[in-house]
Amino acid sequence: MARRTYQSLTPELSQLAYTISQAAKQVGLDFFDTIFELVNHRELNAAAAYDGFPNRYPHWRWGMNFDRLSKTYRYGLSTIYELVINTNPSYAFLLDSNPLVLQKTVMAHVYGHVDFFKNNYWFSKSNRKMLDQMANHATYVRTIQNEVGQDQTELFIDQCLCIDSLIDIHAPFKLTAEVDNEVQAPDNLQKIKAKKYMDSYVNPEDFLEAQRQEKLLKKNRKKKFPENPQRDILQFLMNHAPLAEWQKRILGIIRDEAYYFAPQGQTKILNEGWASYWHSKIMTEIHPCEPSEILDFCDLHSGVVAEHGDQINPYRLGIELLRYAKKRWDEGKFGLEYLSYDSPKQRREHVIPTDLGDSKIFEIRKWHNDVTFVDEFLDEDFCHEHKMFVYQYDPASKQKVITSRNFSRIKSELLDSITNLGRPIIEITDGNYKNRGELLLAHRYTGKELKTQQARETLAAIYRLWSRPVHITTTIQKKPVLLSFDGSDHHTETEDVPSMSLPSTQAS
Amino acid sequence: MYIKMDSDHSRFKKIVRGWVRKELKNFIVSGDLMTRLPKAGGGDRTLTIPLPRIQLPQFEFGSPDESGGVGQGEGEVGSQVPAGQQLPGGEAGSESGDHSYEESYEDEITLDELASLLGDELALPRIENKGDRKFERKHHRFSGVLNQGPESLHHFRRTYRAALKRSLAAGDYDPKNPVIVPIKDDKRYRSCDPILSPLGSAVIIYMMDVSGSMGDKQKELVRLTSFWLDTWLTHAYKGVEKRFIVHDASAKVVGEDVFYRIRESGGTLISSAYKKAQDLIASEFPPADWNIYLFHFSDGDNWSQSDTQTCLQLLETTLLPAANLFCYGQTESRYGSGQFLKDLNRHFEGKDAGKVVTSQMADRGSIIDTLKTFLGKGR
Repeated sequence: MARRTYQSLTPELSQLAYTISQAAKQVGLDFFDTIFELVNHRELNAAAAYDGFPNRYPHWRWGMNFDRLSKTYRYGLSTIYELVINTNPSYAFLLDSNPLVLQKTVMAHVYGHVDFFKNNYWFSKSNRKMLDQMANHATYVRTIQNEVGQDQTELFIDQCLCIDSLIDIHAPFKLTAEVDNEVQAPDNLQKIKAKKYMDSYVNPEDFLEAQRQEKLLKKNRKKKFPENPQRDILQFLMNHAPLAEWQKRILGIIRDEAYYFAPQGQTKILNEGWASYWHSKIMTEIHPCEPSEILDFCDLHSGVVAEHGDQINPYRLGIELLRYAKKRWDEGKFGLEYLSYDSPKQRREHVIPTDLGDSKIFEIRKWHNDVTFVDEFLDEDFCHEHKMFVYQYDPASKQKVITSRNFSRIKSELLDSITNLGRPIIEITDGNYKNRGELLLAHRYTGKELKTQQARETLAAIYRLWSRPVHITTTIQKKPVLLSFDGSDHHTETEDVPSMSLPSTQAS
Repeated sequence: MYIKMDSDHSRFKKIVRGWVRKELKNFIVSGDLMTRLPKAGGGDRTLTIPLPRIQLPQFEFGSPDESGGVGQGEGEVGSQVPAGQQLPGGEAGSESGDHSYEESYEDEITLDELASLLGDELALPRIENKGDRKFERKHHRFSGVLNQGPESLHHFRRTYRAALKRSLAAGDYDPKNPVIVPIKDDKRYRSCDPILSPLGSAVIIYMMDVSGSMGDKQKELVRLTSFWLDTWLTHAYKGVEKRFIVHDASAKVVGEDVFYRIRESGGTLISSAYKKAQDLIASEFPPADWNIYLFHFSDGDNWSQSDTQTCLQLLETTLLPAANLFCYGQTESRYGSGQFLKDLNRHFEGKDAGKVVTSQMADRGSIIDTLKTFLGKGR
């Protein structure tokens, strides 16, 4: 790696970065060039407030993040140890007040992340030149601010941010939409090939008529708008909402950035687990810290992977699940025979040295995201070993109370909380609701309800983009409900709620 | 590495200020404000103001607090969720903003800033330029030109001139086709500078009734009012002199600290305070050199009608001719009739040339109105 990449570091840290990078390569990590920036806590907080990109477009929200981070730092509530961005080359920040052992750990951790960014499938569609892209975004927003004014620009961005979670996180991986060959004129019928004099027998009039009818039906269905429910609501609004050109572009910027950050949300557990796994490995085995440092390292590491009680600590779950998978594949605990055992004892005693652990976890890092990772590797034994539970808030005692240690409940609850980044699934089902150009959204109810008040305010934000009444079907207290905002008032309709499974039945 | 955060941060602060301005009335009268107040005149004059969390709405699930979730740790089914083992030093994170943080936001604001929010509609009326000990008022004026700035302050003529000079120097200028195209370096913007304009010497004399008839509530109301009065005046006019007088049956000049904390009781002789003020003016603040502002707060429950007569006499003969303004704020009395306010109003109706201003202060809600009555512009 070129010397210049370390130029902002002290010679000592620069040497260290080189050593750690060699150690990381030794264990098989494969990463982009990584540039470490030595910053003070103010700069680190600022960088974190911008999600690691110091050149974001101007917006008050970064200021708010910064304010909060500075305060929690000042009161000693939390310190950001490590911040790394998914670009090529990658940039990572080191806090200048950290002790040396912490710097080492952070470096090892960062190489883990960068390896993950580079090799994980879910990051494969990422723009690795995002720094440039963000700079372009910022320049554009500044230009618009000069043209239409700061207040107006900011207000519009605020409205876009209310819906920046309404994207289809799987969209980048979908094959291009099916080719639309229905555009042909309806009279261009598909005839069965026949000699001319046989034509009226092979393709009789009623056969052609049936085809005509079918075409017409398809054509009518096309009037449904969108044809199928659409998850990428930002895209839909960009294409169809009555917005000015600059508004469309800003909406596009918000959408781009939302898609860019989505994989990080999708792989929080696995990514942090992977980085923690390797920093721990490197610091204790590959390039062990000095005897005098080991206690500090342990202190740090145990803080990072501590149990959080009522919250799943992604660092902890990630590293433990990876170690568990490695152990299983090292000991041959897989395959039909292993899976057919009923008792934990049998499973424990089934040991065939296969030594496949390392290749397995590299395979995991290549293909999995949080949902698939947890779904595939979190099993009953792991669940019990790590004392997982499901809890509920008990209003009577005003406490959170453990309600179950049942494996399947824990797993489904956990998967639920990470599916779609833990956000509700919202679709556009009809862009011409009641044939009046109104917008109908649907919340796919999966057992958790929306915050109603917030949902109403969000509807109002969408209204300001769509300029026509906006509705959403959802479920409140187990009953279907239609929430609407018509520009001045909020309505709640419990009768006659449009069915979610059959969108746009009203469209003629 | 340089990361510029200032503009976004100050933008956020500005939004918070907007909030504070909207909620100003509530802050000013908020109950525990007095206990949060920094020691008068001392050190870091900042206040912590709790604000509701600023949040953009999104479609969101209810929080785990309402709906539950998955956790890790010891405990039987049915027992309380164990506390986390989070160590000091806290959380490591590569991402920000994904942890739910405190529901409310606390903003620190200096008294000076808060005072400036009180509004531009307040002013010390009828200031005359007298005396040599100047106090100053700060304002801004566009007086300079910079080559950087916001487009809204673009200075067309200067930009044109710079562009013209450049093109002349470069030899591009064609008198037959005098097109001047400014480049970035030619751009000029107006810039403003703070200007301190001297206004004259001024003294403000605060008088407060601390007699037994003034209950704690009344005293607090008076203190709050004079506190905001003082905060605003010190903010708006640099170098104003202040004096504090408390009185029951007798009056004394006290320090600012004592004024805000004293608990006295006894009878009420308002004239004692006026006499004290008169002495003060005579000894320290000759009206020829000083703008004099008098603020008096009481429940209007004077000891006797004859003392009230003395007061009116004092005001009419010495205080009013000397003073620029006399403000009287009266709290609702627990016992008395609040007669003093009526007497004042009746006596001076139509003959004080607007020098006497009175205000009835029912409760905390009227603090802002009182300030506006006393210092409202346009009188």
